[in-house]
Amino acid sequence: MTCLSSAAVDDVFKALVDPTRRRILDELTEKDGQTLFEICARLISKYQLGSSRQAISQHLEVLEAAGLVETRRDGRYKFHYLNTAPLEPIVDRWLRPRREPKEDRT
Amino acid sequence: MKIHLASVFVDDQDKALRFYTQVLGFSAKHDIPLGPARWLTVVSADDPEGTELVLEPDAHPAVRPFKDALVEDGIPFTSFAVDDVGREYERLRALGVRFTQEPAAMGPVTTAVFDDTCGNLIQIASQAEAPG
Repeated sequence: MTCLSSAAVDDVFKALVDPTRRRILDELTEKDGQTLFEICARLISKYQLGSSRQAISQHLEVLEAAGLVETRRDGRYKFHYLNTAPLEPIVDRWLRPRREPKEDRT
Repeated sequence: MKIHLASVFVDDQDKALRFYTQVLGFSAKHDIPLGPARWLTVVSADDPEGTELVLEPDAHPAVRPFKDALVEDGIPFTSFAVDDVGREYERLRALGVRFTQEPAAMGPVTTAVFDDTCGNLIQIASQAEAPG
């Protein structure tokens, strides 16, 4: 898990640097498995984001390339799912080492 | 000028008439043979003189790719007003209707999206209750 390539970690951070992409992850956290239409409708109605559907689609491609979003086809539909596995190395690298020594003391 | 007709492109008019009347609850208005197809319209049961929805054959070669592309991205090209999206969602789901978007609050409206079995996604929308 922690031996992910540096390039893969770079992709995750690059994906997270954009506020619209973080909003997309927020919305998928609230409701996993959304169509492009639902993601766009949520971003517009909740955050008044004026991004075009094409722009959202490109944001989703960046998230998918970083492994944070997975798409699955179901018949004629396509749904987007959150995948938090690429965030694990961040936890392993900085959060877990700070937590575990305390737990070991007992 | 007023809006008298709206259309949905359907892959099979018989199937469409069954779905739009027996499942959605519209009433058949006109059913007139017209060449190989029919002039087929439905209206809201509680507004029989209102806007008619034409169940239009989708045989033109440009239509299927258009419909497929919309469906892949989850885009409803037609939207109907209902009193309560949550209640309608439960009613339609019990009848076996497939939803691609469960009821979700979108600002002042609540919407949901379902498959009409004729190649289209349809949105239903209700206004949030006025406060107080």
